[in-house]
Amino acid sequence: MRWRQLTPWLFLLAPLGLLITFTYAPIVNMLAYSFTDWDGVTPGLHYIGGENYTEIFTREDLYQVFFVSAYYLAASVIQIVAALYFATILSFDIRFRNFFKGVLFFPYLINGVAIGFVFLYFFQDGGTLDSVLALFGHHSDHAWLGTPRSANTSLAGVSVWRYLGLNFVLFLGAIQSIPGELYEAAELDGANRWQQFRHIIAPGIKPVVSLTVILSISGSLSVFEIPYIMTGGATGTETFVIQTVKLAFQFNKTGLASAAAVVLLLIILALTWLQRRLVPDDRVDLV
Amino acid sequence: MKSRTLTRALVYLSLILATLVVLLPLGVVLLTSLKSSKEMANDSGALTLPDNLLNFHNYVIAFQDGRMLSAFGNTAFILVFSIGGTVLIGSMTAYAIDRFTFRFKKLVVALFLIAALVPGVVIQVPAFQIVNSLGLFDTRWAPILLYMGTDIVSIYIFLQFVRSIPISLDESARLDGANAFTIYRKIIFPLLRPAIATVVIVKGITTYNDFYIPFLYMPSEDLGVISTSLFRFRGPFGAHWETISAGAVLVILPTLIVFLFLQRFIYNGFMRGATR
Repeated sequence: MRWRQLTPWLFLLAPLGLLITFTYAPIVNMLAYSFTDWDGVTPGLHYIGGENYTEIFTREDLYQVFFVSAYYLAASVIQIVAALYFATILSFDIRFRNFFKGVLFFPYLINGVAIGFVFLYFFQDGGTLDSVLALFGHHSDHAWLGTPRSANTSLAGVSVWRYLGLNFVLFLGAIQSIPGELYEAAELDGANRWQQFRHIIAPGIKPVVSLTVILSISGSLSVFEIPYIMTGGATGTETFVIQTVKLAFQFNKTGLASAAAVVLLLIILALTWLQRRLVPDDRVDLV
Repeated sequence: MKSRTLTRALVYLSLILATLVVLLPLGVVLLTSLKSSKEMANDSGALTLPDNLLNFHNYVIAFQDGRMLSAFGNTAFILVFSIGGTVLIGSMTAYAIDRFTFRFKKLVVALFLIAALVPGVVIQVPAFQIVNSLGLFDTRWAPILLYMGTDIVSIYIFLQFVRSIPISLDESARLDGANAFTIYRKIIFPLLRPAIATVVIVKGITTYNDFYIPFLYMPSEDLGVISTSLFRFRGPFGAHWETISAGAVLVILPTLIVFLFLQRFIYNGFMRGATR
C-alpha cells in the first residue's frame, strides 16, 4: 500500500525538480531581489523596501517603455482583424486554399534573428521597401528606422507580419470546427456571407478570440526579440523586456530589474485572471 | 450575381496582396544572397535579379567565416537532448497526474498550470543566478535543462492523449503482474506516439528558433547555435548584405523543408499548444 502511494512521486521527481529549480525558485528569488539594491555580484542582500517599485513608476526614462507597448497593442488590433478576415474567407471554398494558408502561416515558423535581418534589409536605405515604392514612382529617402515614431511603427509592422499566421490558423481551426449544416441551413434561409459571419462564425469563435486578445495584450508588454535584434532598443524602441534585460545584464541593477520583472508578471497574471472571468467556459477545445 | 463576382475578385485580390507582402521580403533576401559584392556596390536596387543565379559564393563565406557548420552542430546537440528530455518529462508527468490519485495532487497540477502563465523572458533575471550557481553557465546544458524544465505546453499535449487511452489496458496489464513502470514503458509510452510526434515537431521548431536563452547563457563563440551565430553576422559582415542574406536563407531553409513535409502535424501541434 505504501509503495502504491510512492509510485506517482517517482514519476514526478524529475519534472517537479526541474519545475522548482527553473521556475519557482527563480520567482521566489526575484521577489526577494526586488526589495534590494543588489547588483548581481556582491555577496549579501541589502533590503531597501519598495524603492525599486516607486522608481519604475516615477522615473520617466523607465516608465516610458509602456508607451512603446502602445504601438504593439495597436498593431495587434490590426493583426487580429486581419487574421479574422483571412480565416473567414479561407474557410469558404477558395482555390489554392492550402497554398494561401501555408503562405500566411509560414512567417510564424521562421527564426527571429533571420526575420530581423530580412526586415533590416527591407527598411534599409535603398532596400526592399524603397525599391517597391520606387516602382510606383514614389522616391523617398525616408529613414524608416530613423525616428522613434517611424521605427516603432515599422517594428510593430514586422511583428504583425510574424505573428498574424498563428492567430489566423487558430481562428481558422475554430471556424472549421463549426458544423457545416449550420451554414447550409443559413444559406437556405437566404443569409448572405456577412450574416453568416455575424450569426454563426462570430459566436463560434468567441472563446478563441478572447484568448487571443489577452495573449496579445501580454504579448505587447513582453515584446523582445524583433526590436532587440533590429535596433537593440535604440531610437526610442526600447520595450519593457529589453529595458529589464539591460538593467539586469548590462547595468548590473539586478534589484531594479527584478522589480520590473515582478511588475510584468503581476500584470500578466491579472490579465489571465480577467480572461478567465470574462469567458468562464474555458474549454477552448479545438482538437 | 454581378456583385458576387466582384466580391470574389476582391477576395482573391486581397489574398494575392497578402501573399506578396509575405513573400516579397523573403524573396528579395534570397536574390540578394546570390549577388556578388560588386553587384551590391553598383547599387542596382534590391529588386533586380542577380547576374548569376547559381552564385553560391556568399553561402561558402557564411559557412566558413560565419561558422554556420558548428552552429548547426550545436543546435542539433541541444535539439536531441532537450526534445528527448521533454518527451520523457512530459509523458511521465501526464501519466502520474492522470493515472494516480495521491496527496497534494491538486497542488502539483496547480504548480504546473501557474507556471504556464509565467513569461520565460521575465524569469531569466533570477534564473541566471541559479544556472550560474549550478556551474552550467556557458555550457550547452544550460539551454537543454531550461527547455526541458519549463515546457508546460508539452505536458498539456501528453495529458490530453493519456486521457484518451482506456484505463482497462492498464488494469489488464496489472492483472498480468505488470507494475507501474512496465505499464508506462510498454503500454502508455508506445500509445503516445502521435503526441510524441506533435511535441517533437513543436518543440523542435521553437528550440531551433530560440534566440534569447542561448544568447544569454552561451556567450562563447564556439557554443553559437544558429540564432546566435547568425546574430553575430552583424559585426564582421556589417554592410555586406549579400553575406547576411545568405546566412538568413541558410537558417530559414530547413524550416521551410520541414514545413512543406509536415504541414498537417505543424498546424495541429501549434493549435494544441496555443489553446491548451
